[in-house]
Amino acid sequence: MAILLFADHDNASLSDHSARALTAARQIGAEVDILIAGQGAAPAAEAASVLQGVRRVLLAEAGALAERLAEPCAALIVSLAGDYDTILAPATSSGKNVLPRVAALLDVMQVSEVTEVVAPDTFKRPIYAGNAVEVVQAPGSVRVLTIRSASFQPAETGAAAPITAIEMPEATALSSFRQNVLSHSDRPELSSAKIVVSGGRALGSKERFEEIINPLADKLGAAVGASRAAVDAGYAANDYQVGQTGKVVAPDLYIACGISGAIQHLAGMKDSRIIVAINSDAEAPIFQVADYGIVGDIFEVLPQMERAL
Amino acid sequence: MKILVPVKRVVDHNVKIRVKSDGSGVDLANAKMSMNPFDEIAVEEAVRLKEASAAAEVVVVSVGPAQAQEVLRTALAMGADRAILVLAEGRVEPLAVAKILQRVAAAEEAGLVILGKQAIDDDCNQTGQMLSALLGWSQATFASKIELTGDSARVTREIDGGLQQIEVTLPAVVTADLRLNEPRYASLPNIMKAKKKPLVQQTPEEVGVDIAPRLNVIRVEEPATRAAGVKLASVDELLGKLKTEAAVL
Repeated sequence: MAILLFADHDNASLSDHSARALTAARQIGAEVDILIAGQGAAPAAEAASVLQGVRRVLLAEAGALAERLAEPCAALIVSLAGDYDTILAPATSSGKNVLPRVAALLDVMQVSEVTEVVAPDTFKRPIYAGNAVEVVQAPGSVRVLTIRSASFQPAETGAAAPITAIEMPEATALSSFRQNVLSHSDRPELSSAKIVVSGGRALGSKERFEEIINPLADKLGAAVGASRAAVDAGYAANDYQVGQTGKVVAPDLYIACGISGAIQHLAGMKDSRIIVAINSDAEAPIFQVADYGIVGDIFEVLPQMERAL
Repeated sequence: MKILVPVKRVVDHNVKIRVKSDGSGVDLANAKMSMNPFDEIAVEEAVRLKEASAAAEVVVVSVGPAQAQEVLRTALAMGADRAILVLAEGRVEPLAVAKILQRVAAAEEAGLVILGKQAIDDDCNQTGQMLSALLGWSQATFASKIELTGDSARVTREIDGGLQQIEVTLPAVVTADLRLNEPRYASLPNIMKAKKKPLVQQTPEEVGVDIAPRLNVIRVEEPATRAAGVKLASVDELLGKLKTEAAVL
């Protein structure tokens, strides 16, 4: 049987998370269909169709799907479920919103945040903020999974697969979309950036966060992240948060600035290839996971780094 | 309107857990247990809605062992009116919890369910969405703001790119994110008062739900550990290492 991948996209483009989830899907089985639910989403469907290993792209367009609200998306996926034995999505805010709803409607348990495919029905996933890893087998005729995209490489592009338009089933509208207030940035996207510069509570204010973190990030072509403490204090927007309940990142280089290294933060970045920690407290737990550390004042060290690059 | 707030007893967020050496699970013997932090936020939000006269009653419910009474008492001390404990030992999966909550929400005729977006033990992030699906209600996950407006609620959600505002028809299930509010500490008089508030116990059989797990946990492993790094004396030394040894610049 086949695999259905509920893609993460914004109608105009396909997110990198979808290409990463496709890699996980291909480790489970060979026949993968990508579902693009949206409105005016042909560009996203075309981007999905050229990913290597896609059998076909299903494009469902309707006003109710434009912002991928949970209720219509789940109804759409359930209407297609009979043809698939695995339904998966990247564990983005969209996938996490929609797939458990699908699982409940199909009366199956979801396996959340898969980091490794052990067998087509057996997966590894982190629990307790990544302090333990559960190896879990999902029996039954259908499996519902969310994929932690930082754990998989994006699929390459190749020959174009066919795009098939499909109908949205009738569903009562329970929710309506009002507006998105999105952060606009010329920097790379946090979850897929090669380098991330993250700031913590030690920055002390929003102004100082921007003065100290942003120039270094820009010099490195890096994304900017933040600890929960920094976001709670209002130094950075919520979508900058790296951690157990924020974004999980695994860049080539993660530079933690003035971040102590709470368990919840480590859960979101400890799979980075190289970790650098800069902190005035030599005993901060962040140094236990850092490849390179500098014990020092971030307000001196970061400008120095920026100048030296 | 009645608000139902499901709460889970989990290992305290400050406890560093240990994987059992035989791979059978996580060692929680003698570990400090608390209310799941996201559920605390949900309780706070419900109590604030009641204080603002937007809700008539706040009922808290937990699915768990007898000791889960402690977290229910904490919720009562924060201002909830009464509590229901559905006694269940061992691993109860989100799907089973959602089925129990579905029955409880229907029996209580709740108009709104607010719960944490995720439990910090199994990190599943499923129960609210599953409950909403089973009830056929509208769903607003990862809420950082809830405004009730008659027969609907305007909810601001934390999404990957920023914030999203949606309007959900009531009854609805809303899951709480970190920045929805800052939960209060219960005062000593309120803790004393909470001891007298009603707490009823039920079993999953009485509720009519089979809680047998669907997933087979084959084993629980230690995560990969990172080798200890080095502390460097200067920025120049750091940049040198990043360029040559690590080759990331």
